[in-house]
Amino acid sequence: MTDLTRLTLAQARDGLKAKRFTSVELTQAHVDAVAKARSLNAYIVETPEKALDMAKASDAKLAKGEGGALEGLPLGIKDLYCTEGVQTTAASHILEGFVPQYESTVTTNLWRDGAVMLGKLNLDEFAMGSSNETSYFGPVVSPWRRKNSDAKIVPGGSSGGSSAAVAAHLCLGATATDTGGSIRQPAAFTGTVGIKPTYGRCSRWGIVAFASSLDQAGPIARTVRDAAIMLRSMAGHDLKDTTSVDAPVPDYEQAVGASVKGKVIGIPREYRLDGMSAEIAALWDQGVAWLKAAGAEIREISLPHTKHALPAYYIVAPAEASSNLARYDGIRYGLRKTGKDIVDLYEKTRAEGFGKEVRRRIMIGTYVLSAGYYDAYYLRAQKIRTLIKRDFDLAYASGVDAILTPATPSPAFAQGEKGSADPVEMYLNDVFTVTVNMAGLPGLVVPAGMSSDGLPLGLQLIGRPFEEETLFSLGEAIEQAAPKIVLPEPWWG
Amino acid sequence: MSVDLATVRRIAHLARISVSEDEAPHLQNELNAILGFVEELNSVDVDGVEPMTSVLPMRMKKRVDEITDGYIQQKVLANAPAREDGFFVVPKVIE
Repeated sequence: MTDLTRLTLAQARDGLKAKRFTSVELTQAHVDAVAKARSLNAYIVETPEKALDMAKASDAKLAKGEGGALEGLPLGIKDLYCTEGVQTTAASHILEGFVPQYESTVTTNLWRDGAVMLGKLNLDEFAMGSSNETSYFGPVVSPWRRKNSDAKIVPGGSSGGSSAAVAAHLCLGATATDTGGSIRQPAAFTGTVGIKPTYGRCSRWGIVAFASSLDQAGPIARTVRDAAIMLRSMAGHDLKDTTSVDAPVPDYEQAVGASVKGKVIGIPREYRLDGMSAEIAALWDQGVAWLKAAGAEIREISLPHTKHALPAYYIVAPAEASSNLARYDGIRYGLRKTGKDIVDLYEKTRAEGFGKEVRRRIMIGTYVLSAGYYDAYYLRAQKIRTLIKRDFDLAYASGVDAILTPATPSPAFAQGEKGSADPVEMYLNDVFTVTVNMAGLPGLVVPAGMSSDGLPLGLQLIGRPFEEETLFSLGEAIEQAAPKIVLPEPWWG
Repeated sequence: MSVDLATVRRIAHLARISVSEDEAPHLQNELNAILGFVEELNSVDVDGVEPMTSVLPMRMKKRVDEITDGYIQQKVLANAPAREDGFFVVPKVIE
């Protein structure tokens, strides 16, 4: 690992502006780091030539004192974002070899601001998973290890390539997406910062759809400031996504370092689950103490429908997925298996093209939407979603500015350790994050400590709609107070 | 509620996913585990609650109904597994 990969995104930006190094040097350092770290399997496709071409173009701009907010900064892109001319697979066999003829709006925004693409990052297939073990291209390995163990640790999911690459310094920051926790849980597992912005803040256009009423794009980065810088470029109104919001994008970086004095922080009693591990409970208490010391006011609140969020999610998300994934039919793009007639072609293509977890979720979704079951499952789940949202509305109406919770019920686990017998065991990873998607709110995860076995732990801040700035201010307060989390020496090459 | 093997096969057909004889019982167990997990939702009182249609109060944006795109036949066909003379090729669907 060379020195230039040790920089934060903000430091690299300032270094380029001050001409201490060039984007080509910065990019080459990352290209080399990526090539050495293949054992982590974080990238599905590396694009070193494209990266260096983009870096050269950035250097030309920077030399003239021009350039955008991300000029010359090398990033990784989750392989759920369509990138023109570069294979985009959603980590599925059914899309293997698919080369988009168009660019997603969020990545278009990043290139507009001068960012450099290092490649496409691994993920759980169609973003369905919490450990990056469902990828057709193999699991991602976290750069973290337990004390005195070389067991392969999962980087979380679904944005496991993004979290591992950011943690291992294989990019300055990465795009990710979050439907039930897919930005925040991997960030917590790898000691990185991730924010799922308010639903509608980023355009979903050109991002492979999972559950459209829940999906949001966001960044994973190594610091709160870096995440704020990235989100400003990613966010914005887009005529191609009717759910994207036509509201100005604030300069989020301005909020980093702002005082949190007098902010009211809600502590929801329903998040103190039966059997919560002592170290997660202690971490949460520590977070409360840090925010109090920074001048925030702490208030216990109640979000009574919390425990229904995860089961309701496992109706709404598969239902929407079964509809969205109907497009993979073997006709217009992707894998095709021949059959004796058109229906046989569809059934064989989809059976072979989709992995186990994806097939399972499509089946659940098809079942809950099928005639006679729609009201009992889907309609009921959407009503419960209204109740979950109302809980948050009431808390915010009572004067709460943000809510502090643990990010995950446990630290990262080893490959193969969870969910092999019962899929629900894996789903429980998202118990603290999924409520945020169900209510469309912004949620930020920031590293806050270490588990007894030496793995990172994170805290989550949940905000009011479109008040990401408050989260960046509070997140930085925790970042400043928390002990520095130090990654083990690079063992991956 | 739980599903039997016949229902698993029916759902698989609706979802256009072929399921082998060996796979069906495993899938049945997994689906029933998930359906068991969501069963607690029946205990929630949802009388008079409106189902959510949008997480944020937003009006559906509309644009002028005019052509904004087109003449991209080659792009549309670029990833097709089988194409001929500017068309997608499919198995015969009309008897």
